Amino acid sequence: MIVAGVDVGSTTSKAVVLDDRRQIVGTSLLPTGANVVRAAERAFREALTAAMRDESEAAYVIGTGYGRYKVSFGDDQVTEIGCHARGAHFLFPETHTIVDIGGQDTKAIRINDHGEVLDFCMNDKCAAGTGRFLDACANVLGMSLEEIGPASLRSEKALRITNVCTVFVESEIISQLSRGEKVEDILRGVHQAIASRTAGLVRRVGTNPAVTFTGGVSRNEGMVKALEEKLNVPVNVSPLSQWMGALGAGLIALERVEGGAVRRVAVGGAA
Amino acid sequence: MITAGVDIGAGTSKAVLVDDGGRIVAKISQKSGARLDLAGALALTAVLEKAGLTRDDIAYVASTGYGRYQLPGRDIQITEVTCHARGASYLFPGTRCLIDIGAQSTRAIRINDRGKVIRFKMNDRCAAGAGRFLERVSRALEVTLDDLGPMSLRSSDPQAISSICAVLAESEVINLVTSGKATEDILMGAHLSIAERALALLRQVGVDGEVTLTGGVVLNPGMLKALEQRLGKPVNASPDSVYAGAIGAALLGFVRLRKRGEAR
Repeated sequence: MIVAGVDVGSTTSKAVVLDDRRQIVGTSLLPTGANVVRAAERAFREALTAAMRDESEAAYVIGTGYGRYKVSFGDDQVTEIGCHARGAHFLFPETHTIVDIGGQDTKAIRINDHGEVLDFCMNDKCAAGTGRFLDACANVLGMSLEEIGPASLRSEKALRITNVCTVFVESEIISQLSRGEKVEDILRGVHQAIASRTAGLVRRVGTNPAVTFTGGVSRNEGMVKALEEKLNVPVNVSPLSQWMGALGAGLIALERVEGGAVRRVAVGGAA
Repeated sequence: MITAGVDIGAGTSKAVLVDDGGRIVAKISQKSGARLDLAGALALTAVLEKAGLTRDDIAYVASTGYGRYQLPGRDIQITEVTCHARGASYLFPGTRCLIDIGAQSTRAIRINDRGKVIRFKMNDRCAAGAGRFLERVSRALEVTLDDLGPMSLRSSDPQAISSICAVLAESEVINLVTSGKATEDILMGAHLSIAERALALLRQVGVDGEVTLTGGVVLNPGMLKALEQRLGKPVNASPDSVYAGAIGAALLGFVRLRKRGEAR
């Protein structure tokens, strides 16, 4: 028996397949693109392939993330907040605060000792401080998203970035480049600007250690460092941080099965 | 006596020459480019050339706009709020409210019958509701900036854009395109979205009397229609509204010059 969590984000779709011993047996990650329904299906299928399991073995599937209602083959949908909480608690049981920075939104979540959500705060009104913001900065500098974090860590003098608007920060970076500023110093400033903004959001729910950083942006080590500096506490990051929502969804699916729930739908719609 | 007004904006720089605080002698608008410190001087040189005059013929130079501190040889710099108020009042004397939508900022200004500012509200912290928002949308739709407005006027079923953020709106636009919505309907939706943002600022200063639109977007008929539709009354606009800031600067420069003359 296996279960799956499918996290359809604004930018990437992720799926995690778990067995009945809570072992992760397969994962997938792909760009969501314009066809959200297809992205959800592909994420599920690719995770099944990675796990070398068949869809018929799946006892329960939960969809989460921005596109969770497009997971047409899901037995239920759970908000990404609940799923990130569940996933972070599983990987780092001492977690009380979660910072989730995705492609288009940022969330700060406070959880209790059992991984249940007590409070949360989010910014989904503007791209400031999200993956999109970093993407725009990387583009202006002609770099890849993977390069900017490590580059920022080579800076010896962080520059102050005054704009938080993604559109305006592009012009600010261009003018700093034309003034002859170093790319790594600009990037350090960019990461610090996002970290301060994120820290503001975290403070609204309270910084209760341990802090666990999830979402796609947690892969950026420059961001991890900047966030640790602004929050003044160490931050947990796992290689699975980007799959935290999918993992949480999978864990919830497993609990449902243990509680007697059964699968009702399949890919393509048949029961 | 000729005074010059130079409005150095984030997107374009405008220069206007005014004779004795009344008649517009010449005007020019060109891209500011990356070097804001050169943009104003280049616009001033261009307008002098157009008028067949030299720098020595100009009695006073007033600068305004985002780059107003970067014009060498200026006699004064004046905030864009003051200049737009004066310029709008010159173009449409009945103006009591104006909406100025530039490349990177949006302002709502309430003025009195002499063109003096009573109150204003602005958003220059983010690109929501500013010209850059439209630039993003035009890029996502692969429509040129000049075609945006006329094309949006052909819309029969405007699509609501719920994102306020220009960057998130771009993704929303792409999603609308993939779901098969017509380009003109998406465009009208984008214009209505900007109109909403601008009118929210306007309501904060209070809607009163004639409303005049200034700034780069006046050349966009879709924007004018969206504003009028949402406001429920006509909005003043003329091709010269683009120059409102520069006209205001030149007029205020003349007032300054005359005062200085009287003082001597």
